[in-house]
Amino acid sequence: MTAQSTTAGVTSLLARKETSLWADAFRRLIRNRAAVVGGVIVICLILTAVFAPLLAPRDYASQVLEDNNKLPSWMLPLFPTTKPYARISNDYPIGADYVGRDLLSRILYGTRVSLSVALMGPLISLIVGLVFGTISGYFGKQVDNLMMRFVDIMYAFPTLLLIILLMAFFRSTTQAAVTGTLRGTMTAIDAKLGGMFFIYIGIGLTAWMGMARLARGQILSLKEKEFIEAARTIGASDIRIMVRHILPNIIGPLIVAETLAIPTYITFEAFLSFIGLGVNPPTPSWGSMISDGSAALRTYPNQAVFPALALAITMFAFNFLGDGLRDALDPRMRGTMK
Amino acid sequence: MGRYIVRRFLWMLLVLFFVSLITFSLQHAVPGGPFDREKRLPPEIIANLENKYRLNDPLPKQYVDYMADILIPRITTKNEVPSLLTDAMIKIDIGDVRLKWMNWGPSYASRSRTVNDIFKAQLPVSAQLGLLAMLVALLIGIPMGILAALRQNTVLDYLGMSVAIFGVSVPVIVLGPILIWIFAVTLGWFPATGWGTAKQAVMPAVALGLASSALIARLTRASLLQVIREDYIRTARAKGLAERMVIIGHALKNSMIPVVTILGPMFAALTTGTFITEQIFGIPGMGKHFITSIGNRDYPVIMGTTLLYSIFLVAANLVVDITYAWLDPRIRYS
Repeated sequence: MTAQSTTAGVTSLLARKETSLWADAFRRLIRNRAAVVGGVIVICLILTAVFAPLLAPRDYASQVLEDNNKLPSWMLPLFPTTKPYARISNDYPIGADYVGRDLLSRILYGTRVSLSVALMGPLISLIVGLVFGTISGYFGKQVDNLMMRFVDIMYAFPTLLLIILLMAFFRSTTQAAVTGTLRGTMTAIDAKLGGMFFIYIGIGLTAWMGMARLARGQILSLKEKEFIEAARTIGASDIRIMVRHILPNIIGPLIVAETLAIPTYITFEAFLSFIGLGVNPPTPSWGSMISDGSAALRTYPNQAVFPALALAITMFAFNFLGDGLRDALDPRMRGTMK
Repeated sequence: MGRYIVRRFLWMLLVLFFVSLITFSLQHAVPGGPFDREKRLPPEIIANLENKYRLNDPLPKQYVDYMADILIPRITTKNEVPSLLTDAMIKIDIGDVRLKWMNWGPSYASRSRTVNDIFKAQLPVSAQLGLLAMLVALLIGIPMGILAALRQNTVLDYLGMSVAIFGVSVPVIVLGPILIWIFAVTLGWFPATGWGTAKQAVMPAVALGLASSALIARLTRASLLQVIREDYIRTARAKGLAERMVIIGHALKNSMIPVVTILGPMFAALTTGTFITEQIFGIPGMGKHFITSIGNRDYPVIMGTTLLYSIFLVAANLVVDITYAWLDPRIRYS
């Protein structure tokens, strides 16, 4: 009875301590002005992505060919080099692209692509890295040695080439894929998502190595702790120890690391779309819009500059938020880490 | 130290072997072949081409042949008939005998070039651009990081770190077009594209180097802040050393370890070709081969570019590890 009440007391104490830790972190996060600005922008971006159909003045795919490259009149002083070419039309708030699609609508819809990558990229690389790193760190010895050498080899690959090879592999094998098979299902999902599904997988499969190393390092220091020993003595299985005891203890730093990596994932997608291996047209991605716009930088700079600004603002917001989150969750690191 | 380097070198060779094996397997796992065209070639011609490039052999034999062409030196005579299939990177003539080594194979996509020719013509361009970008990164990054660390929590620190955040938040695909729009189109200070003159190199080197400089600045600042709190720095101050000497003579060298660590991968990534920068600024470098070779199923070019990157990377990482011992005498390899 006494023992039980003591345990209850300890758990309640722990529970209280945990909430105060998170509350503490939240308080620190709120005090960080840059992080708050970043957070507010991220929330706005999420709202934009969700309500894009309501906010966008037109459909992202509808073309009016005779309106191609038209600009609103307020842009002329801003882009003096367009004067000799400009065809004015105030129907489009920031102009129309080379086939006469509304730029603003495409940028607003483009939020969906970037934000979904910001969500799915970390998720997939977290899962792959966590599983890999946990197994490696938990079993140690030869298994660990072998798995970590594999990570070393993966690091020696040019990420870019690997991801393009993967995309080529997914895209071309699935063309012949039959419905009902795994490949068929994947292709169907990919087509539904405008080509984003394989981007998630490609990014996730090339970005997990850092996560695996981090998870392994955490586990190596954790698995010698007494409470793991205790769990093992009472006969808990390896899986149970990993899932119930180790995972909750290492997930925090991993999430922070993933948050900090979000801008990298967003760049990856923009990059893939820039080289034409990203989303399927006409799905609007900022990367492909910048790519299209760069071709006409002298004549119609607005077509590249606005998507570029959208991308930059998003990256800023996630960088500020990620930095703030790290400082808030680990106050020792404040002002010392990068 | 000597034994450590030998061991590391052997491990490097093993890594390169696996990289070549995995790339070879992956490229053949992707369906389609180098001679699939929109206008289909007659089967006889395809058979002929595949025969010429030994693509009908079993895959393991193709792999072994490919690696042998690179690794094993060949001896011919000076008067041999030049062929795309037997071109070599290193050719030494001794009398009438010609020694050849490193045949990287032909490029299927271009009828008149070998992977060698691609390396010879385009690697120097990419390497120049990459080295200039690294120079920009170091010249901006390190002083900014030091200044921010020494004036921690002052305006200078916040300003420096804001610039750093800007650097990591604005990728080349954003910075490139904006730089061209401002400095080439609007102001006309620099040419928008091209390669060969100093003026043409400024914008691409800055665009490419800025992101890296931001990373270096943040690492320098973080590391220096940790180092100047260490005991041996306090000792140096206690014995009456001038602050300038403490920082330059003691703290700085040690704080460069994280910076040097990222210089390895950075070197490999920047010098072997950066597609976006080269594309935006119209620079005839290696970058595009990383991308077009896969679309063309140009197997020797895929293998060549991958191995080139990997060789650069493992070699740079070895240099980095050796540099550690010099930067921090406490690090010993045994």
